[in-house]
This record gives sequence, C-alpha cells and structure tokens, in this order.
Amino acid sequence: MSPGTGASIVGTGETEFSKDAGRSETQLASEAIIAALSDAGIESSQVDGLVSYTIDPVEETELVRSIGAPEIHWSSRVPYGGGGSQGVLLHAAAAVVAGFADVVVAYRAVKARSGARFGRAGVSDRPTSSHAGTTAAQWCMPYGVLTPASWMSLNSTRYMHDTGTTSADFGRAVVQMRAYAATNPNAHFYGRPITLEDHQSSRWIAEPCIRLFDCCQETDGAVALVITHSDRAGEFAQPVSIAAAGAAAVFEEEVASNHYRPDLSVMDSSRSLAARLFDRSGIGRDDLDAAMIYDAFTPILFMQLEGLGFCGYGEARHFVADGHLGPEGSMPCNTNGGLIGEGYIHGLNLTTEAVRQLRGESVNQIEGARTVLVSASRTGVILQRD
Amino acid sequence: MRPAPVLTDDNEGFWRAAAEGRLVVQQCAHCEAYHHPPRPMCPLCHSLELRWAEVAGTGCVYSYALLHHPRHPAFSYPVPAVLVELDEGVRILSNLVDIEPHEIRIGLLVEVAFEPTADDLAVPVFRPRSPA
Repeated sequence: MSPGTGASIVGTGETEFSKDAGRSETQLASEAIIAALSDAGIESSQVDGLVSYTIDPVEETELVRSIGAPEIHWSSRVPYGGGGSQGVLLHAAAAVVAGFADVVVAYRAVKARSGARFGRAGVSDRPTSSHAGTTAAQWCMPYGVLTPASWMSLNSTRYMHDTGTTSADFGRAVVQMRAYAATNPNAHFYGRPITLEDHQSSRWIAEPCIRLFDCCQETDGAVALVITHSDRAGEFAQPVSIAAAGAAAVFEEEVASNHYRPDLSVMDSSRSLAARLFDRSGIGRDDLDAAMIYDAFTPILFMQLEGLGFCGYGEARHFVADGHLGPEGSMPCNTNGGLIGEGYIHGLNLTTEAVRQLRGESVNQIEGARTVLVSASRTGVILQRD
Repeated sequence: MRPAPVLTDDNEGFWRAAAEGRLVVQQCAHCEAYHHPPRPMCPLCHSLELRWAEVAGTGCVYSYALLHHPRHPAFSYPVPAVLVELDEGVRILSNLVDIEPHEIRIGLLVEVAFEPTADDLAVPVFRPRSPA
C-alpha cells in the first residue's frame, strides 16, 4: 500500500540563482532537469512526462531536444501563474499513479531579472494574462496598476483595514525570513539580515501595505523535480512521499489581481486548499515540522497563514510576533529565506527547500523534520520522509 | 497620456461607453444580475443576452493603495489606485482624482468622472462625491 497520493519525489535539481544567468531559459531548465535526474540516478531516456506552469517560456519540444527524452507520454501546464506552482506535483502524481507516465519531470525556468521583469512598469497590449490567472492586463493597465505588487496592494490594504494589521507586523515576518536567508549561501540576501527598523525605513512600493523589503527577489534560475510511483521509491536513495496534493481555484478569485471576491481580506482559495490537504489526508496541522508558504509579498503570507488555518482570521500578526515561524517556533516557515530572501523561481524553490528539510540537508535544518507543507495559496502539497 | 484600454469582443461595450462619457455595467437581460468584469455568459442563468446598463456612477472606496514604484511616464506619482464598490453591487478598479492622495480612506463616497486615453478612448475614474 503506497502512502499518500502514491507518488514520490525521487530527485531535485537547481541551477545557481542570480540576477543575470547569461543563458537561455531552455538551457537553465535543461541544466536543472539533468541535475535532478542525476540526483535521482535516472537516465533521461526514462523520462516520459513533463509538467510546468504558466508563463514559463520554455517550449516542451525544445526542452526534449536538449535533454534527449525519446518519447513523452504526459505533458501538462498548471494555470494561475506562481499560484499554480505546487500544482505541478498534483499533475505529476496524477500521471504516475494513473499509469499514464512513469517518470515525470516538473520544472520552472525563469529570467525574472535579466529578462522580462515582473516588477517592470510595462503596459501590455494583450487582453489576457497568458493563463497566469489575472485579467490585470486589460482592467488595470489604463489605471497605472502595472505590476503584481500593485495588483496585490488592493486586497492587502483591505486586509490591514479589517484586521488591524500594520506594516511593522509584516516586517516581523520579513526579519525572520531574512535571518534564514542570511545563513543560506544560495540566497540573494546571504549574509544580510535586517532589523525591523531596516524594514520600516525601506521605501514604499505600494502604500500603506508593501515596502521594498516586502517584495520577493526578481531572480534568474531554474528548478526541477523528478516524480515517479511510490512503488518504485525503494530504488532511490532519498525518496520523499507526496502525502497530499491539492488545488482549489474558487469562483471569481484571480491570482495577484484578486479584486472581485466578496471579502478581499480572506484568501478563500487557501481555505479550500487546506480542506483538500488536511481533511483528505488525515494529516493534522500539528503534524507539520515546517511549512514553505508562497511569499511573493508579505501580506499574502499572512493571508495564507490564516486561510490554511494555522491561526485565526486577523491573528497572523500575533502568530508571527510570537515567533512561530522561527527555528524554535511551532512551525518554522520558509527556512531557505523564502521568495523574499532566497529568490523567486516562481515558487518552485520552496518545494526544493521542503525536500531538503525532509532529507536533512537544509542549511537551516529543523531537527527530525518528517512532514512539511508547501503552499502556493491555491495549490499545495504535504511532503513526507519515507 | 494614459495608455488605451485593450478592446475585446467581451469588453468593448464598457470602453466604448466610457469614451462617450457614460459608465455602463454588464447586466443579464434574463435574470438582471450585474457582472463585472464583463463576460460572454451569465454565470447564474447561462443567458447569452447581456446588455450594457448605464449606472448612476456612485459608490464607495472598498480599498486603495498609493503606488510609488515602478514609474511609467503616462502617470503622476503616487498613483491612487482604488477599488470602488458601485451602488449596483459590483466592484471596479480605477483611480481617484480631485483628492490629495493621503486623504483617501476606505468608505469614502465617490462619483464617476472620465479621463481621456490614447486612441481617443476614455476611462472612468472617481472623485469624492459632492455633498448633496
């Protein structure tokens, strides 16, 4: 009897994270995938599935041309931009458990600093968001609302208004993530911890909710994971079980530009995602040894903490201030420094950190970590050491 | 000058009306529900008969943010971004005008105005509502 979903992560790979990779996304993806296959001890000739998510510029046909997979039997892309990042494991697990593919590679390559920057003030001439889950291109652009931070600022201000949360409350979480990043040589902010005063004196990006230090790092790099059926897990050195995987995209909720749900101070998709992950698997929140939570901007970290049920509505500021996210806390969070401190490979570098924790390889290792959650607000997984 | 909105089959009625100085919201001709953003099918009754209903243009600020960075040459900073809840119950994203940015508050009563964009179009914006 296979545990959990019946699928396991058996290898991971990353390129270096930088501000200018100096090579194509296709090359970055190829390097990360071959590193992940090497980590697993699998030949590329065995790969028969590819899963990524929207905005990734790498063409599957070009990727196969480089990694040399002879035949692909499963390929899919999860919508919703980075909110779909953990959905790659749901898709990969579905493929291998159903028997449509044997070895699936999930990947994301991005040149978010040297290439197309998310934080650039550009005006799109496209009416859609290329399946990124936001209609911002058509409804926000004529108003100068041009970036993910600006889109998210509107629900963030409402969240602060309704819950009494302040910028300093957000800052306490950032100080913790920067402390984790400070000991992580792969992090952009390696060796550069900050104080709450540093956070509070960083300039406004969107007032009164998002300061410069609340923003994730635009980063170049790639991440890949190898997924196969858990029945085969014994063949591999360090398998990690996908104990639960889920997705929940709720009516009228957009990614980043979530402007139309009845109550914007609540992340409704995370509430639904929590039900899919915890209720279905029987794993409790108290069973988690750590959590990796998508922190494109600090406010959405708070809204996920509440939506996922780690604390009550409006209580994230107390949960954070009480130190629960720290190494000695009840739920160490984003131990690589998060997307704010390590870098932004569109969320998939949170997944590799979860695997490192379960293998005992994190630079901020949580002693005996056996169960770790990864949330991208509307897609998520619970991973377990076999 | 503001960039022009991108016209599509599903949104063109909204922007054409704005170019004429009228605020319209999509309304289902069958069940009379208002919808924004507009869509090709009513999600409540699946009717394809959707019309552009002219609305009062009054509402209140549901949320806001003052956008400081990054900067685009078409706008002056900080950009006062707002979500306005119209009296008809739908929410639309816009800018506030005729107000000092730091005076903006959630709950502020506002009314529609219009500002030109490139391509001879216009967008609805909002200003504090004049006392009755």
